[in-house]
Amino acid sequence: MSTKQFLLSGFGGQGILFAGKLLAYKGLNAGKNVSWLPSYGPEMRGGTASCSVIISDEPVGSPIVSEPDILVAMNLPSLDRFESSVVPGGIIFADSTLIERKVQRTDVTTYYVPATKLASDNKTPTLANMILMGKILKVLGDFDDDSVTAALSKVISAKHADMLEVNKKAMQLGADYE
Amino acid sequence: MADKVLMKGNEAIAEAAIHAGCRHYFGYPITPQTEVAAYMAKVMPKIGGTFLQAESEIAAINMVYGVASCGLRVMTSSSSPGISLKGEGLSYLAGSDLPALVVNVQRGGPGLGGIQPSQSDYFQATRGGGHGDYHMIVLAPSSVQEMAELTVKGFELADKYRMTAMILADGTMGQMMEPVSLDFELEPVPEKPWATTGTKMAREHNIVNSLYLKPDELEKGNFDRYERYKIVEANETRYEEYLTNDADIVIAAFGIAARVSRNAVNEARRLGIKVGMIRPITLWPFPKAPFEKAAEHAKAFISVELSMGQMIEDVELATKCRVPVSLCNRAGGMIPSPAQVLDCIKKIANGGNN
Repeated sequence: MSTKQFLLSGFGGQGILFAGKLLAYKGLNAGKNVSWLPSYGPEMRGGTASCSVIISDEPVGSPIVSEPDILVAMNLPSLDRFESSVVPGGIIFADSTLIERKVQRTDVTTYYVPATKLASDNKTPTLANMILMGKILKVLGDFDDDSVTAALSKVISAKHADMLEVNKKAMQLGADYE
Repeated sequence: MADKVLMKGNEAIAEAAIHAGCRHYFGYPITPQTEVAAYMAKVMPKIGGTFLQAESEIAAINMVYGVASCGLRVMTSSSSPGISLKGEGLSYLAGSDLPALVVNVQRGGPGLGGIQPSQSDYFQATRGGGHGDYHMIVLAPSSVQEMAELTVKGFELADKYRMTAMILADGTMGQMMEPVSLDFELEPVPEKPWATTGTKMAREHNIVNSLYLKPDELEKGNFDRYERYKIVEANETRYEEYLTNDADIVIAAFGIAARVSRNAVNEARRLGIKVGMIRPITLWPFPKAPFEKAAEHAKAFISVELSMGQMIEDVELATKCRVPVSLCNRAGGMIPSPAQVLDCIKKIANGGNN
């Protein structure tokens, strides 16, 4: 039995919910059970937005991720708030452009990706989320062109189909980042 | 089977309603159900339907009354404070024996409360919601797929029994996305010879009304209605049992509370505690039979709720208080964690009370 619980968190506007949807569709396309649950409420504007994603071989019970296997922190308040909740042996992905401190936990694996800087260097300043997603899928051994394209084409609406290639490029950038 | 797509629970309700032939939606925005109205606003104009943002919840439910009188499938949706405003209309719908679908994506209360998930409108929903003797058929989805399926089922039951069906969901169910397939069969829509569709000078007038000034007539209406309710209770009660066969402890939970409890049940089983769960899918009619059966071998029941304890009373009634029932709960928009439910289970397993 395999279940992966993701918690993605950042400022409203960083594309946390979109990134979560990509993960969920990727799981769905692979025939897994998935759930996606956003935080909703007044904190969404300018404050912290977070999103629980569960991908499992079993039916998903509670959709609320309180002890993530994988934490994606796109800003400092998110790391401050959720670092302690990651399960021992879990993984933290941090946007090191916006998070200057290091992760304190020694029982988790951390990947620092300067996603916001990479995004602006790449002239796609809104795609830091996708750069992180590329890195995450690469680390999880789940980055391949076909499944990424299939999932992206589900989350990017037909109206914005021209955005697919830049999103893919951003993900490749993240996947290649060492 | 058609491809599954990811949808929010609120969107699944809207899409399923359209699938069921609903072409008239009246509502007023309120978090956390606004996506139902947003979806309807987007789709209804394209398919010749009506989306109307009313001036208030009260106006919306009375527009529902109007369309229901014409024999067409119609719905409204809201969240807790908005449902209270609709209370009068719910009573009038019942008094006029009109079929309609009403969705309550609950949030914490009382009063304006908050916008986070809650199940604290259980009493209001299962006891009718307005004044007078009546019931609604109350359906409690526990997944996005069920949000869709029970919406369709709600329309079908409403038409079949000339009652209001209510989807009693909560903020989590409305906001979460899960894979959903709308690839299911519809039952034929029954004839509605009572509908006010115009006599074409070929029949007597149909009158839809809830005012009966002669008490003997009003009494007869009530008795007839309750005869119908007996049929609903006999034929339409729905529930899911999970690992109850050998259970010493049985959890009662619906909606999001059942999702959380399922994790706790699995964990408790790993620890060797014989625990199971009964998940009511219809809250009215309440599934008494599985509780009566479980009370024969279970030593204790735990009602897990996002409220101060409302369904627990129905569990006690169903088991006739033969076995102790304890409450494991959060309120006001908070959600119990699987760990909290597991603690409740452990306490009972160790012979204590919650």
